[in-house]
Formats: sequence, structure tokens, C-alpha cells
Amino acid sequence: MTDKERLLQYCLRQGDTHIIFGYRLGEWCSKAHILEEDIALTNIALDHMGLGNAWLERAASVDSEKRSPDDLAYRRNEREYYNLLLAEQPNGNYANTIARQFLFDVYSVLYYSELLNSADDTLAGIAGKGLKEVRYHYKHSAQWVVRLGDGTVESHKKIQEAIDDMWRFTEELFEMDETDDIIAKSGVGVDVSGLKEAWKTQVSEVLEKATLSLPDHNLSRTGSKTGVHTEHLGHILAEMQYLPRAYPDAQW
Amino acid sequence: MVEELNIEKVWELLNKVPDPEIPVLSVVELGVVRDVYVKENRAEVTITPTYSGCPAMKTFSDDIISQLKKNGFEEVIIHTAYNPPWTTDWMSETARTKLKEYGIAPPQGLAKNSLKLFAKNLPIPCPRCESTDTRRISEFGSTACKSLHQCNTCLDTFDYFKCI
Repeated sequence: MTDKERLLQYCLRQGDTHIIFGYRLGEWCSKAHILEEDIALTNIALDHMGLGNAWLERAASVDSEKRSPDDLAYRRNEREYYNLLLAEQPNGNYANTIARQFLFDVYSVLYYSELLNSADDTLAGIAGKGLKEVRYHYKHSAQWVVRLGDGTVESHKKIQEAIDDMWRFTEELFEMDETDDIIAKSGVGVDVSGLKEAWKTQVSEVLEKATLSLPDHNLSRTGSKTGVHTEHLGHILAEMQYLPRAYPDAQW
Repeated sequence: MVEELNIEKVWELLNKVPDPEIPVLSVVELGVVRDVYVKENRAEVTITPTYSGCPAMKTFSDDIISQLKKNGFEEVIIHTAYNPPWTTDWMSETARTKLKEYGIAPPQGLAKNSLKLFAKNLPIPCPRCESTDTRRISEFGSTACKSLHQCNTCLDTFDYFKCI
């Protein structure tokens, strides 16, 4: 693999993760339990789409096939998508969504704090922008984890189940393959394996405040780095890509 | 008849391009325009997004291009830069006053102090009656950059331009 191909791959992984998170959160539009949350989730969805676009722009700038950011988003199949499995998990009930976002938001704040020092100016710029946004995403999801956990018997049960359920997709956040290794060693990317301890500490702190416990299982599922997904991604792409694939000349 | 096209002229023209969501502020006052380069009748303008997913960005670009082309430039190129990231700390006092007069409470405090988890929020004075006895109704408002508040004194609801 050349340097450019590696950087392309790295940017696609981060960009795809944001696009898919953005898509999932966008599905809440007009469906949340209160108007304020409907607006919150769709606002956060927009941030993810914006960050995803920034990553895909950087990806497109090193793509030997000269694909545009839109081509990258709309013309790749499931096996060519590299988003984290966590991102594609269904919204479920509100606790499922909050648990999914929370586990990622804690990670994102740590990730972008490190990426600020990237040797690649564009990535460092995305990190500066992203950090401001993922911080309030974290604030939003962490406050809901506490509210649900320290809420009623029912809300406590649901958020605990949701955290337990999403837990198996968190190992992947810290997974490194050869591409990640080389990109991290060159100072462009982040060695995410080094973020795991800090992540676990912060997650534990919020769970404790929420009267919740850390999951007691070690089940884990990974695969996104090679484009192997859970069944959910295909359904997302089928819907998301339908229009641009059916009408390739469509313009906004 | 053609006025000389220089950098000052471009800034002056851009200062007349309103934010599509908050028309009392220009794209310059908002801090979105970061740099301007002029060579003969070609202008290059570097803008930075307020929020990375801000849907107004496309409108910003289109409005800047049309404003400059209308005023003698033949070629206008827009660049997007993310670094340094946009902050409300760049907003001038004049811009803050305009926001307030428009009915939007301007950002309070400094961005770097505002993002701690469970931190106590600074009181947001009501833009209509100045009372600081206000409460937040929703952290996310009608656009990414605003939250929704209510004044406990005059009971009016108002938007707050978030400090970021």
C-alpha cells in the first residue's frame, strides 16, 4: 500500500463513522419523545455529517480514482465502508441511542484531543473543529446516561441493558491494524490503543454517577477495518444511496 | 468607471453580505471570513464553518460569490479552512450589541471555559428586559449555534447565541 492509499483508508474510517452516526441520529427526526431532544439529536446529526464531510474531503484529495466526497459517500458498497460497527447499531429505544452515543462521545473527545497534534494540517484542523463539537455531544449523552440511570426503576433498567448491549462494539474503538500503526507512527494519526484506559475511567465515572455498573461480560465483535459489518449497515446504505444511484445526475 | 478592486474593497463588500439565518450580522462580523486575496479581477476568499455541519455554509459561499461578481470580479474562489477553529470569542462588541438588539442574547464568557461537563452555566441576561433571572429550556435551538431560554421576569422566550 502506498502512503496515499493508507491515508485514504484512514480518512475513510473516520469519515464513514461520522456519516453513519449522522444518518442514525437523523432517523430520530420528528420521532423523539420531546421536541427539545428531537432538535438536539438532529443538531448533533448535522455535526456528524459535517465532520464526515471534512474527512471525506481529505480522503478525496488523496484518492487516485479522483472520486469526490459525494462519490465516496454514495457510490461505495457495504464491504467498502469502514465505519465502526457501533455507529450502525439501530436506534432502538432512547436508552439504546444514548448508550451508543455516550460510549462513542467519550472516545471522540479523547481521540480529537490527540489528533490536534497531527502532522497533517488538515487533520489537525478537523480535530480543532471536531473537539469543540464532540465535547458538547458528550455533555448531552453523559447527562442523559445520568438522568436515565439515576431515574426510575424502568429507565435504570433500560439504560443498563443498553450499555451492556453496546459494550461488545467498544473493543473495536481501540483496535489498530497495520494501516493505523503506520499512520500513527508517522505522526498523522492517533494510536487509539493508548486511549483505552482513559476511556474506561471516564465511562466508569459517569456510570457511577448514574448508579449503573460496568458490563461484566467480555463479548466483542469487530470487523469494520476490513469492511465486515453487522447486518444493519446494508439497510442504511440501501436507503441512503438509493436516490444518487437511481438518479446519478440529481442535483440539490 | 470601474472602482479599483483591492483587498479593502473586498472586505467592504463582504461586510454587506448578511448571515442567512441572522441577517443583522454580516459574514465578516460573524467571523466566518478568515482571509482575502486579490489579483486583478480575481478574488479568493477563505471561510471557516461556524459548526462543521452548518447548513448555511453553502449559502455563505453562494452569497459571497454573487456579491463579488456583481461588483466587478470575474473570478471568485472560495476556500474552506478549519484551522484555527471558529469561535464566538471573535465576535466584536458591535456584533454582540446588534445581536442583542435583534433579540438574540450574545455569547457570555469565553469559549474555552464553557465546555466542562456538569459545569455551572453563566447567567444569560434576557435581551429584552436585561433580567439575569432566566432559565434554559433547550440546549439546542433553531440553529446549531443557538439554545433556547426563557426569562423568569418578563416571561418571554429568547434565543441565546452559544459560546463556543
